[in-house]
Amino acid sequence: MKFKSLAIFLIISSFFLTCILSIWKIMATLQGLSFTNLNVIPIFLIGILLSLAFVLIGNKINHLIKIFSLSFIFSFLYFYLNEASPYWYILGVFLITLFFTNKLKKYSIQSLKEDFISEKIIFDFITLFGIIFFAFVILFPFYIMLVTSFKTQIALLVNPLDFSLDFTKSLAELFKSYFVIFETYNFGRYILISSAVSIGTVIVTLLFAIPAAYAVARLNFFGKNFLSTSILIIYMFPAIVLVIPLYTVFSQLGLRNSIFGLLIVYTATTLPVAIYMLQGYFKSIPKEIEDAGIMDGQNWFGIILKIIIPLSLPAIASVALYVFMIAWNEFLFSLMFLDSPKSFTLSRAIQYLSGDAETPRQYLMAGSVIVTLPVLFIFIYFEKYLVSGLTAGSVKE
Amino acid sequence: MSDSLSKLEKRTAYTLVLPAVLLVFAIVLFPIFANVWISFKDIELKDIRIPEPRAKKIVKSISENQSELKIIYKLRNSSLIQEIRNVQFQDKFPTNVSPINLDPRCNFQSKKIVCNFGNWQAKYRENFEITVVNNKGEIIDKKIIKSQKPILSGKADNPLLTTNFTLENFKKVFYENNFVELLLTTFYFTFFGTVGAIIFGILAAQLVNQNIQGRTYMRGILLFPYVGPVVALAYTWTLLLDPNSGTLNALLVNFNVIEQPINLLGQKYITMSIFGFEFKLRLALTTVIFFEIWRYFPLAFLFILARLQAIPQSLYEAAEVDGASPIQKFIHITLPQITAIISILFMIRFIWNFNKFEDIFLLTGGASGTRTLPINVYQQGFAVSDIGMGSAVSIVIVMLLLSFMIIYFRLIGKRANEV
Repeated sequence: MKFKSLAIFLIISSFFLTCILSIWKIMATLQGLSFTNLNVIPIFLIGILLSLAFVLIGNKINHLIKIFSLSFIFSFLYFYLNEASPYWYILGVFLITLFFTNKLKKYSIQSLKEDFISEKIIFDFITLFGIIFFAFVILFPFYIMLVTSFKTQIALLVNPLDFSLDFTKSLAELFKSYFVIFETYNFGRYILISSAVSIGTVIVTLLFAIPAAYAVARLNFFGKNFLSTSILIIYMFPAIVLVIPLYTVFSQLGLRNSIFGLLIVYTATTLPVAIYMLQGYFKSIPKEIEDAGIMDGQNWFGIILKIIIPLSLPAIASVALYVFMIAWNEFLFSLMFLDSPKSFTLSRAIQYLSGDAETPRQYLMAGSVIVTLPVLFIFIYFEKYLVSGLTAGSVKE
Repeated sequence: MSDSLSKLEKRTAYTLVLPAVLLVFAIVLFPIFANVWISFKDIELKDIRIPEPRAKKIVKSISENQSELKIIYKLRNSSLIQEIRNVQFQDKFPTNVSPINLDPRCNFQSKKIVCNFGNWQAKYRENFEITVVNNKGEIIDKKIIKSQKPILSGKADNPLLTTNFTLENFKKVFYENNFVELLLTTFYFTFFGTVGAIIFGILAAQLVNQNIQGRTYMRGILLFPYVGPVVALAYTWTLLLDPNSGTLNALLVNFNVIEQPINLLGQKYITMSIFGFEFKLRLALTTVIFFEIWRYFPLAFLFILARLQAIPQSLYEAAEVDGASPIQKFIHITLPQITAIISILFMIRFIWNFNKFEDIFLLTGGASGTRTLPINVYQQGFAVSDIGMGSAVSIVIVMLLLSFMIIYFRLIGKRANEV
């Protein structure tokens, strides 16, 4: 029993170490180091030795001294087994091993005798591995997007794996793609249009949604239930089935290629979810507060303006952020409605850029960074509001 | 008293709700019904403009005499297929300038020329000439003449509103459009995209729900693909997967995992052999499904995480006392608690993946076996520019969606009774 769990412990922990070191090696390869072999098997074997040494030593020496010395020995062995590599790479290996041995802290010969220890080991390491795996898989494309925008097409064709940034170059040289897309491709204008459309959509949506949500939440009227269920059903209908009729009607009305046309469509498509989110929140406001307002002789306009809105600012903020995000990221309608570069939004402009096979990829990626950064910043800064908006909104997305 | 109060309440409610309802009706509900109309019409993209009479004005001088000018109006019907009835033409001249030898269709009165051109057939073109003179023999300023734009008007049928209908579009959708393959591709994409997103969502939620450092950061990072703009993400992936100099292929070749770069987005099938069984995998479709999972598992993750955090810790403690293993805890405590949210997520994501357009369009444009129904709407309506056909495909989508929704609400209704 003990040997079985020891074996599982050694294999799983070493497998985990091998995985992180492989990811580290891949990242180093992308800095232009010419590794051609992941050396998985030797690393796996010395990883087993490392874990074995760790549990065998147990508590005999101080934990810190133990992990430092073990990591040092491991890095040394790694250095010998591996292809020639610079010192910063080996330093990374050392730090990873340090992190790894520190995670082994709770395992000892005694703890390996516990019930279900093998399952627990598997769960522990799968958790660790999973977090690193998910973080890597998610952040990797964003990383590639960012670094590609600082490279040149020629450099990437010569060595598609060298994403190292040359900081000896001047800033103007480094940010060249950004200067080019602003000067040659007019991205300043597209940023303005995108912002105008998104902010406009937020304002108009709120203007329409707050009164409607208040009525649905508070007032009794014929067709109320029908309205609240149809809100959900309407939101299920996809943009793609609206596109052809809207295109034809907008063509005849001259609303294509206009920011106003886009604004109407964005508002109408986000209204159902905005109403749904707001009315849920309005219902949670105690009715007594409003009654006091009615006593003071306020009409519904005064009640909404002076009582409901100030009390539901968090909900309004999350609706606003959610709508902003939808409008900023929207692509289908801007593809259909905008043909003239004069009225492009950022998303449409990037798609237009990519239509020309001659466009160097760093410009495309610089554009992508520009369209992504505002959303990510807003998301990181207002995560709390946005998450509540997303959870409410996307059930009906 | 209370009666009038409730009347007032109703009136207030309608004023508050009406603007939003009208807007949503105009932009969301109206097009769904308009699709039905258009899908029964034989109409192409170039036909949707209402025909209008157009004129281009050219001013030329005749000989040396600068008090005489020739004006040529290049008249045409903007439509290639429809006639315009009762075309009226109007132009103004400066004081003292008047036409000579005027066309019998026209009248000149108080500086204004008015013509009645009658009906113009489709593709109608005419060079209409007028010679004008200054009555006092002074020089006519060409620029002033040119800056005055003629006004034209005429009656034409709106090609969208005519009442000739046809069943051709639906025949084409079902018989000439590889409909079965289209449907199968859509279902593959939808089903595997949904299931994959939910599985990864459960895994990620299970991970983040444990006591690890940096849990809140992790939650934020996991949502990045979902909040990022689809255009930027799709192009980044196209770059990553590019067979010639894409990072992924370069890495795999570099570490000798594969010998030749694989065109992950441009190859329809790849032959794989597992345990001696050879089978063909829809390569491009699989790649697109993976992108879809990558982009939407965060949503499943968010919902499942919220549910996981609501499970009382005491359940796990009790199980611990009873000597349950981690796997038993997951199967007997966690899973039953999240089945409800998973089934809701499944239905919602299923419907939404079914409608997904942007992701596939940006990654492959519907090539290499990734043509789904929404992509087909775009291809028929805008690439082939057969609007009627595109609408017919839209109708098929709406019909399928409605049937999903009926199933969905049946199931949800049952579930609500159970709880």
